[in-house]
Amino acid sequence: MNSNTTRPTLEQAIRSFTGGKQVIDGRVKFQISPLVENGNAVPVTVEVDSPMTAENHVRRIALFNEKNPQADVAIFHLGPRAGRAKVSTRIRLATSQAVVALAETSDGGFWSSKANVVVTLAACIEDVSQA
Amino acid sequence: MTRALVNVPKTAKRGEVIEIRAMIQHVMETGYREGPNGVMIPRHIIKRFVCKYGGEEIFSAELFPAIAANPFLSFSAVASESGTITFEWTDDKGETQTASADITVT
Amino acid sequence: MLRFVLLAAVAFSSMARAEIPSKDKRSGFDFMSPQTQAMQSDETSNPGMLWVLDGERMWSESQGKAEKSCASCHEDAAKTMRGVAARYPAFDEQTKRPIDLAGRINRCRETRQDAPPLARESNELLTLSAYVAYQSHGMPITPAADRRLDKYRENGRAWFERRLGQLQLSCASCHDDRWGARLGGSVIPQGHPTGYPLYRLEWQAVGSLQRRLRGCLVGVRAEPFEYGASEYVDIELFLMSRAAGLKMETPAVRP
Ligand code: HEC
Ligand code: HEC
Repeated sequence: MNSNTTRPTLEQAIRSFTGGKQVIDGRVKFQISPLVENGNAVPVTVEVDSPMTAENHVRRIALFNEKNPQADVAIFHLGPRAGRAKVSTRIRLATSQAVVALAETSDGGFWSSKANVVVTLAACIEDVSQA
Repeated sequence: MTRALVNVPKTAKRGEVIEIRAMIQHVMETGYREGPNGVMIPRHIIKRFVCKYGGEEIFSAELFPAIAANPFLSFSAVASESGTITFEWTDDKGETQTASADITVT
Repeated sequence: MLRFVLLAAVAFSSMARAEIPSKDKRSGFDFMSPQTQAMQSDETSNPGMLWVLDGERMWSESQGKAEKSCASCHEDAAKTMRGVAARYPAFDEQTKRPIDLAGRINRCRETRQDAPPLARESNELLTLSAYVAYQSHGMPITPAADRRLDKYRENGRAWFERRLGQLQLSCASCHDDRWGARLGGSVIPQGHPTGYPLYRLEWQAVGSLQRRLRGCLVGVRAEPFEYGASEYVDIELFLMSRAAGLKMETPAVRP
């Protein structure tokens, strides 16, 4: 993590996703444990309240973090054929920090939810090799 | 050749929303870690994942180094017709791999 | 390399609880968060299953000068390998001492397939071991009742109870006397080998019991043994008898 270039802040990363449009807090349900045993694989589920019809659906769901070396986590593209705007994955958190889930709806609106996660240290930290 | 475990219900009722899961064996090396010799380990991640149902794209993902090793993805789809659900992922070395599963819709 | 980040936290009193009564025996699974438990329990989300799946492919892949696969002789692993991992390490007639599952698999590679042995902790050996051990998933650990193993098991117990390393801590001081207590960010489990090879989030991959033991040894600032060392096999023999009755969980998930 000794890169010289500074990463964009969480706010900058969100702005580049939304193109500077207003983001409303709501409609996004963000499931992530507030306290995790290991930051290497943190389960997350994002569910957006949407009928997921051709006229009214979620187009994209994005995840951004506050303190990893890079702000982006993932961008998911979905549409009416998804039936439900719900996505799960597992993410890396280098340290305790905030994570934001954003949804872009077909009418061009942006919705979000933020969570703070405390990452506890494993007892033995083993870096790369076993050698 | 990497391993992948994809999970699609074998059967579903038309119109039902089904859950689809994919798990892919991949190091997802971030490019931000040092090896034992102090040299940075080059980045090696899956960048893009696409799921198609009956040939049409229904879900895709752009992945970054903050996705955990051996990426796990779960999403949903409306069971519209019997057919094949295909999965395709590409890493930053340009290597593309695929997997598929069949579904019968009644 | 390894760092142990909680040296200061390890100011142990000398209260000794001694051996864990069987009604109190708990797998490491019970000490994990509900999220990590869910990751293990659902096979479609357990990353260790990727290794098991790959092992299934390796099982029927022809290898070595003999041009035979494991399946050529052992056929359906679900039948022939069922329960095997739950009673390993076993007595090896050839070396007249205990052999662990990975060692046994390598033996077949060398003598039956006429192929070079796989390196300890190599992805291939872990993959095959995970596949073979998975055939015992859900079965109770039932150590081999071979009297010839006794003295090696006692040696394993001696290692478990000996004060080791700069910290002068024994395995027992944590896993018999202090289980359930917090040590830094993690809870000290009872140290049962129920789920190996297993997927450790810290490793971001599947690893062996020996790799886990190596972590605990380095943790107390003791010199770890070479992979494959007889000391590890003896300790495993003791740990398996200490865990008798607990269910096999391969491939388990641990933080
Ligand atoms: C040419 C036949 C042959 C091949 C090929 C072979 N084995 Fe074996 N294996 C045996 C025989 C015979 C035994 C039992 C007798 C002995 O101790 O050698 C055995 C024993 C074992 C055991 C111990 C079983 C127990 O109940 O203790 C394991 C585990 C095992 N083999 C795994 C494998 C794996 C994994 C492979 C493929 C990498 C493999 N074997 C390939 C013939 C074979
Ligand atoms: C300072 C306390 C301490 C000592 C001493 C210690 N361990 Fe551990 N051990 C732990 C902790 C804490 C864990 C849980 C994993 C982690 O996060 O590191 C663990 C995990 C384990 C596990 C994994 C259990 C599972 O569920 O997979 C085994 C096996 C184990 N230890 C065996 C040993 C053996 C054998 C020794 C002696 C060589 C030993 N430990 C010494 C603290 C200790």
